Amino acid sequence: MKTDTSAVNIDRDKGDFHYKVDYGYDAGVGLDERVVNYISDVKQDPDWVREFRLKALQTFESKPLPTHWASKDLEAIDFNKIRYYLAQGQRATRSWDEVPEDVKRTFERLGIPEQERKFLAGVEAQFDSEAVYSNIKKAVGEQGVIFVGSTEGLKEYPEIFRRWFGKVIPTGDNKFSALNSAVFSGGSFIYVPPGVKVKHPLQAYFRINAENFGQFERTLIICDEGSELTYMEGCTAPKFNTATLHSAVVELIALKGAKLQYITVQNWSPNVFNLVTKRGLAHEESEIKWIDCNIGSRLTMKYPGVVLKGRKSRGEVLSIALANNGQHQDTGAKMIHAADETTSNIISKSISIGTGRATYRGLVHVPKHLKNCRNNTECDALLINATSRTDTYPAITVRGTGNSVQHEASVSQVSAEQIFYMQQRGLSEAQAMSLSVNGFVNDLVRQFPMEYSVELKRLIELEMEGSVG
Amino acid sequence: MQQLEIKNLRVAIGENEIIRDLSLSVGLGEMHAVMGPNGSGKSTLAKVIAGHPDYKVTGGEVLMDGENLFELDPDERARKGLFLAFQYPSEVPGVTIANFLRAAMQARLPEGEELEATDYYAKLYEKMDLLEIDRSFTSRAVNEGFSGGEKKRCEILQMAMLDPRYAVLDETDSGLDIDALKVVASGVNSLRGPNLGVLLITHYQRLLNYIVPDFVHVMVHGRIVRSGGKELALELEEKGYDWIREHAGEPVAA
Ligand SMILES: Nc1ncnc2c1ncn2[C@@H]1O[C@H](COP(=O)(O)OP(=O)(O)O)[C@@H](O)[C@H]1O
Ligand SMILES: [Mg+2]
Repeated sequence: MKTDTSAVNIDRDKGDFHYKVDYGYDAGVGLDERVVNYISDVKQDPDWVREFRLKALQTFESKPLPTHWASKDLEAIDFNKIRYYLAQGQRATRSWDEVPEDVKRTFERLGIPEQERKFLAGVEAQFDSEAVYSNIKKAVGEQGVIFVGSTEGLKEYPEIFRRWFGKVIPTGDNKFSALNSAVFSGGSFIYVPPGVKVKHPLQAYFRINAENFGQFERTLIICDEGSELTYMEGCTAPKFNTATLHSAVVELIALKGAKLQYITVQNWSPNVFNLVTKRGLAHEESEIKWIDCNIGSRLTMKYPGVVLKGRKSRGEVLSIALANNGQHQDTGAKMIHAADETTSNIISKSISIGTGRATYRGLVHVPKHLKNCRNNTECDALLINATSRTDTYPAITVRGTGNSVQHEASVSQVSAEQIFYMQQRGLSEAQAMSLSVNGFVNDLVRQFPMEYSVELKRLIELEMEGSVG
Repeated sequence: MQQLEIKNLRVAIGENEIIRDLSLSVGLGEMHAVMGPNGSGKSTLAKVIAGHPDYKVTGGEVLMDGENLFELDPDERARKGLFLAFQYPSEVPGVTIANFLRAAMQARLPEGEELEATDYYAKLYEKMDLLEIDRSFTSRAVNEGFSGGEKKRCEILQMAMLDPRYAVLDETDSGLDIDALKVVASGVNSLRGPNLGVLLITHYQRLLNYIVPDFVHVMVHGRIVRSGGKELALELEEKGYDWIREHAGEPVAA
């Protein structure tokens, strides 16, 4: 049945290709002060950033891996074999025509310039360590919206950048936030002025091209009072036999009444360790929503969170994780209620295929002195094979009167009868499986913006095709 | 050649032989009723024809227009024109009827060809009206939370959409009140024609008042013990299954 193999292969592993690229800037292999200084030198960091990095390196070195509770697989990462900085240059262009040909063709193949024309308000494209392209539509820029790479952000807009940088996720939050703080490069800096509602999404695309490489982008988004923004990120990497590390830090700030939605659809190759810290700070009556779709990688550890600092603020995490053969998706959400009348909602769906393992880890904290706080947590797991695995660790501490919490969890399986029924209607086993999986995530996906639900549906189909029959 | 031909079929589950040397041919354009008491193996027959993996075929064959079905996967059989209306249809959580049928119809198109959405919905609404199914059903998940009658109607809707050459309807009448039965029967009757052969499995004669068969077969303990015209159903109704069992030399169940 699979006839046109060449076309199928490209489609199946959309991100699994890589072109040879000449890097002018290479920090070499391994991590020490010399490497951190090299990064600071080539990026021409201000002194405060260099000091921040060097301090973070010490924190990183002093912190143990969290293997007392997390996967032992983390120990397979050899920090001395990773390359921490690779770039052709440090300035992103504003025009695709100026992006070097050897890099541009990667993004063209991934369809980024086309999506930008179709439905985005702005795009940043990062290739290994640095953004090579970053641009917003003129009309959006004229409203005062800032959308640049983190390097440019900290230099050009220090008064906003410095005020918030590292405030939501301190360096010492965990070993990987410390690592990121030491060697960060790339990522987005966004500022939306008061009252500005950005109609179309801003998008960043993170591409890993090199082998043995670590990508450490740093994203900081500030939505000023009453503003609105949707930000989307996509990521891919080619498949190598050696480990690739992706360890980002993303900090969001929603000031009074702002609405900020952050969408991730990642499709990492199965050699990527994806260890990302993401957290938002929600001020009074603001809303932060994480939509997080995790497909691929060898191990993902990611628990987007919201600190509900202001009265009546709202936090939400909607996540989908698909753990295929040999993969471990250790994902979840954190909701820290720190003001009265705050609400949070967590909906997590995971699918485990073959020997894949999906873990949900939640943290919901409502202290005793708060009033009228609410949390709703739902986590549903779908197991495809007898060898598939799922675990749920929902840590919910809700104290005080007038605070309420609702928690539901379910584990289900696609039954053989259901697959037979679908096959009897003419669907192949793989099609039946992927339709079942899409059905499982359907009520959640319906809440995503159209372009992303289509992309996600396609990724699920490709995963199922590769794993059945 | 233009027939669904069951030849000396033997089927077992474990050590237990359920279908015991059964032969039956349904020609294109014909309506065959198979009647039999509970446990006689009717659903087993239906599912084996469709390719259910739980059953072991120990002898015989089933040919569809001359092609050996046992060499095809269940989905290939379906795409070649075989349809089974299940006695107990499965739920497909989260997948709407509209999306499910769309995927099923898309699967029948040659690679690279896309189903035309407008035509598809026009046809879907037409068939839903015919079966008196509310339009809101298109956005409900397949069989999820459906009543027995709704499930049966949904099966016939799928049959109407997929235009099979041969359809096996397994107790499509069970659990239906008389009004629903009439709707389902008129739906099936509207699909009757020279390009459809039907194997209509039922426990009761009642359905055959509304869908009048060309042939009636009585199945007892895994084999066809008697075949005849539509009068056979009435005779059976009058005299009961025990009469048949005695004639067939089968033990009369307690
Ligand atoms: N999956 C199964 N496992 C074990 N026994 C079965 C299974 N399916 C059917 N049987 C047995 O096969 C016989 C015929 O069942 P079935 O085909 O459902 O009969 P009918 O549809 O005529 O009521 C019954 O004795 C039933 O218990
Ligand atoms: Mg039955």
